[in-house]
Amino acid sequence: MDSRYKLFKSKIGNSRKVNNLNHNIMEERKDFLKEERQQEWRSELRKSIKAKERTDIPRVKMLEQDPFERAKNSAEVNQGLTEDMAFKEARRCLDCADPTCISGCPVGINIPKFIKRIESGDILEAAKVLKETNALPAVCGRVCPQEVQCEINCFYVQKLKKDPVAIGFLERFAADYERNSGKMSVPEVLERNGVKVGIIGSGPSGLAVAGDMIKWGYDVTVFEALHEIGGVLKYGIPEFRLPNEVVDVEIDNLRKMGVKFEINFIVGKTATVDDLKADGFEVFFVGSGAGLPNFMNIPGENYTGIFSSNEYLTRVNLMNAADEEYDTPVFSGKKVAVIGGGNTAMDSVRTSKRLGADNSMIIYRRSIEEMPARVEEVHHAQEEGIEFMNLNSPLEYFADDKGRVRSMKLQKMRLGEPDSSGRRRPIPIEGSEYMVDVDTVIVAIGVSPNPLIPSSMPELKMSDWGTIIVNKETMESSIPGVFAGGDIVRGGATVILAMGDGRKAAAGMHEYLKKNVLKK
Amino acid sequence: MNKIVEKELLSNNVVKLVIDAPRIAAKRKAGHFVIVKIDEKGERIPLTIADGDIKKGTITLIIQQVGVTSHKLMMMEAGDTIMDMVGPLGHATEIEKVGTVLCAGGGVGIAPMLPIARAFQEAGNRVICVLAARNKELLILEEEVRMCSDEVIIMTDDGSYGKQGLVTHGMEEVLDREKVNFAVTIGPAIMMKYAALTTKKYNVPTIASLNTIMVDGTGMCGACRVTVDGKTMFVCVDGPEFDAHKIDYDEMIMRLGAYEVEERAAYERFMKKTKV
Ligand SMILES: Cc1cc2nc3c(=O)[nH]c(=O)nc-3n(C[C@H](O)[C@H](O)[C@H](O)COP(=O)(O)OP(=O)(O)OC[C@H]3O[C@@H](n4cnc5c(N)ncnc54)[C@H](O)[C@@H]3O)c2cc1C
Ligand code: SF4
Ligand code: FES
Repeated sequence: MDSRYKLFKSKIGNSRKVNNLNHNIMEERKDFLKEERQQEWRSELRKSIKAKERTDIPRVKMLEQDPFERAKNSAEVNQGLTEDMAFKEARRCLDCADPTCISGCPVGINIPKFIKRIESGDILEAAKVLKETNALPAVCGRVCPQEVQCEINCFYVQKLKKDPVAIGFLERFAADYERNSGKMSVPEVLERNGVKVGIIGSGPSGLAVAGDMIKWGYDVTVFEALHEIGGVLKYGIPEFRLPNEVVDVEIDNLRKMGVKFEINFIVGKTATVDDLKADGFEVFFVGSGAGLPNFMNIPGENYTGIFSSNEYLTRVNLMNAADEEYDTPVFSGKKVAVIGGGNTAMDSVRTSKRLGADNSMIIYRRSIEEMPARVEEVHHAQEEGIEFMNLNSPLEYFADDKGRVRSMKLQKMRLGEPDSSGRRRPIPIEGSEYMVDVDTVIVAIGVSPNPLIPSSMPELKMSDWGTIIVNKETMESSIPGVFAGGDIVRGGATVILAMGDGRKAAAGMHEYLKKNVLKK
Repeated sequence: MNKIVEKELLSNNVVKLVIDAPRIAAKRKAGHFVIVKIDEKGERIPLTIADGDIKKGTITLIIQQVGVTSHKLMMMEAGDTIMDMVGPLGHATEIEKVGTVLCAGGGVGIAPMLPIARAFQEAGNRVICVLAARNKELLILEEEVRMCSDEVIIMTDDGSYGKQGLVTHGMEEVLDREKVNFAVTIGPAIMMKYAALTTKKYNVPTIASLNTIMVDGTGMCGACRVTVDGKTMFVCVDGPEFDAHKIDYDEMIMRLGAYEVEERAAYERFMKKTKV
């Protein structure tokens, strides 16, 4: 098995059951999926090669920039699959009678169908299949944690103990192919019905809502606090993992379909939801994300040179701070410590390397197996020479007379019994404290829901964690006509879950409007 | 939107810009600020809203030239447009009728103090303002402040105008003489630190309005964090006003200097480019 899968195997354990993320969708669609599978082109294709031949093909390897080179530039690390590679990988898929992979996909993409379209050479069709359920396949193909969603549920892993079909790579391939073909289909939209829909936040959840609502004929406006559209896709996830261009094409498409974007507009400040109601907006979606960075509240954490990952990544990604032509400054530290083990931590630490750090390290209180980051990112970070200091946690920071951080005190940890998350709990080892020199520290220990909207809408029912409480079927909040989804409902989650929420909310909003507004 | 409709130099390094921003003008209250990004490659900086006119749909910003962005703003003319501006941000000042309010403003801090002083006066308070500047030439908005104060004391470092001395001297004069119920201080961090120490001696509840480094202004980055009463706060969403007696000014001063080296280098590059 490929080393990256070894890592993920140990991470989730071989015994993990097929996780039915979307059991309901699966049940509802079972007959439909079966019907589709029986279509002639697919039966033919299945029969064209023996299963044994398919399973003998080794999993494709992504074309990547050389680790040494790429750590010096900001171009995308993964270069994509060639048509031949994609075709060969698509042949591995057995087009299972019970496609367990689909049950792992939060939006229930018809996985075997799109893969078989690639195998039959009809890549634009494959892209269409993706778009039936996923508004941003080129994004998801790059950033979804496939190894714990679709791929872990693939027959190859579950039954053959082999590397799964590279579903994520193929998704990216089909979506990129369509984008580069110049034949990107702009979905048809119904005639405008004049009903105004307000979407708060332009992250993946908001964009997904916009895509559906505009198709159904609504007058859709997306309000965004920042000066750029895209939420975390723009200000958080770096260019080397998700090029802006990929996101911009999707946004342009939404524009072409008629979606209006209002940047520099903070709902709750520039105008409240009530103001917008008075302006004729009938229904709202809150997709304001989990923008509030957490700190550890340990001594010295406010010294200069210590950032939240949000600040560091925003300076570099949104404000282009690494380019002298731009006015925003950023420290390009030489000894950089990033605290945390998630995607944000990986993105920060790899960014610091690209800004010229000699030594970039991850400080994480559990072991590498428990890190929540995508396996591929951990693997790439390792290749790029990031130092992993697992089972360590900072206790205090020390600065020079100007207040600039110069060193930190770390404490070693060991793993105890599993906690409620099922991961083994880190336990501090007394007396193990030691000092490490640093000149930049990036705190990437998680985010909390953005409180701007909730604090401007006191009637909105919130959980103790500051997330908006919604009806899970319709995504409607405690205020009729106000829907919500994505990180503001889940806390820090994933792009695909945010998008899935958006689509569910759009359906809920459509129903609501049919009942309360369109009929009148 | 965001078009500069009027420009006026208040001193040789302070400019007043009146900007067309109807949405912000409609919502703004004393104490609010905006985040501004001048052009494609600009940085995002916070600027307090010094004044506004709902009817005309304009807001007034007063900017002191310190670095690249403020220099670029000084160079903009009526008719030019600021690329991005978002607001109003932060919590508005809580205005109540409390009796006598002492407002201590220093340097360009007099600009954000003006709407607060005015609001306190409109709420029926007796308002005494102490304005401090290095010299006569650097004193701004004296007329406007006089219009909304019952008394104005002017302090200059060199005695070129008003009385010679620091803002705290002017404050003490008032505090020794009469009962003050509430105080507001806005200006350079170091000035606010001493202003706060002064009112503390007299047990007068005081707020300071902080102008830290910011990026987004929506609570997303934490660049603006300060310690107040031992707790980390985000100035953009928790402030910009805090209990002046509980702010860790030394930490704030240190954080304000975070990019000193980078900023100086950027400024040199900028000056070189603009001269060519
Ligand atoms: C560095 C980083 C790396 C990540 N990597 C991955 C990954 O590899 N894979 C993955 O699946 N997930 C990843 N995530 C998580 C993923 O990005 C989020 O779960 C997802 O973006 C959430 O989408 P959202 O629509 O809820 O909100 P966001 O993307 O957070 O967007 C919210 C938007 O709303 C705006 N907003 C907030 N309040 C207001 C208001 N009052 N008015 C107007 N606008 C407002 C914000 O400015 C923001 O643009 C990562 C996150 C980060 C930070
Ligand atoms: S489980 Fe794997 S082999 Fe089966 S249909 Fe899904 S991707 Fe193909
Ligand atoms: S400026 Fe980013 S959190 Fe305040």
